[in-house]
Amino acid sequence: MVIEIGGLPIEVQTTDAGFARLLEGRYGGFVTPDAKPEFALRVELRPPEGFDADADAEVWLEGGEWRMQRGDFRACWNPAERQGEVFQSANPYAIDSVLRIVHTLMLAPEGGFLLHASSAVRNGKAFLFSGVSEAGKTTMARLAPEDVTLLTDEASYVRKVDGSYFAYGTPFAGELGEPGKNVCAPIAALYLLRKAPENRIDPIDAAEAVRRLLRNILFFAHQAEPVRQVFQSACAFVAAVPVYELSFFPDPRVWDLIG
Amino acid sequence: MTMASAESYIAQSPDIACSTLGDDTIIMSTLDSTVFLLNQVGTAIWKAADGATSLARIVQEKVCTEFEVPEAQALADAEEFVAELAEHGILAVSPEPVPLKEVR
Repeated sequence: MVIEIGGLPIEVQTTDAGFARLLEGRYGGFVTPDAKPEFALRVELRPPEGFDADADAEVWLEGGEWRMQRGDFRACWNPAERQGEVFQSANPYAIDSVLRIVHTLMLAPEGGFLLHASSAVRNGKAFLFSGVSEAGKTTMARLAPEDVTLLTDEASYVRKVDGSYFAYGTPFAGELGEPGKNVCAPIAALYLLRKAPENRIDPIDAAEAVRRLLRNILFFAHQAEPVRQVFQSACAFVAAVPVYELSFFPDPRVWDLIG
Repeated sequence: MTMASAESYIAQSPDIACSTLGDDTIIMSTLDSTVFLLNQVGTAIWKAADGATSLARIVQEKVCTEFEVPEAQALADAEEFVAELAEHGILAVSPEPVPLKEVR
């Protein structure tokens, strides 16, 4: 089956019919049978042995191939051959994590990234709402009025295309528990969230914006080159996209300020 | 804690990514992903950290003259600032001048 996130179609190959159904249910709007896959990921339902089930994901580059592992999966990704393999237990969280990691690795060289942020489209423009846990990402998604299309309440997908930044919908859901819509739009603004007694938008200087953006970008590979790529991506993004601090009281009126 | 003194020579580490945005500089360690935001004074010290100039001279020429800060206070602040960056591998501190090729 082809799962297309961020306009990048990956063929996820599995011989297990039950697991395939599980994926179809989880990635519904992102399963695109007609898309020509540009990448392939073979999934074998064979739980890894000898790993700590509670360990954080580790990602490293070895011989031109990315390796990644966690308690419930072990995987490799070859960017040159555009393919990889996953060995995992039959749970959706493992493949979900592998997809997130693989997408961050594909996005990094082109200046894109995944961001801890909810995002939405209004009047043809995308708005991102970023912050640490409890900052209000899901709250902003829940409060969105009917004319707003939600892209995600958890992990926003940012791509740089021909020098402009676009946000794409993702199936990566947070507390809302629902995937976003599989659409994209040019990014009009990034709001850094802060809960407050009143709704207010304040400008934020560039260096502080980069610092706070870096805090919320998902990156898993802590080697020098990918870290530099993420840093440069954050600087370039802040130079191109307006970044504000959004102080907000959690009720629907905050959306009067957006769009 | 890495110690820095007036006689120390400081040099930018190769294990960083940095960018100057407006008057400030943002630096990220590629070793531990720590991010530092430098103000104008910090940026002046950072830019002068060539491995060949002592911290005392940097403070005299780049801080005291440009920011009108008393030298003793400026030096104490600079030593603390350098020690913190050195702790994260962002600055190399040496009692001798550091050949450029060793740090970049």
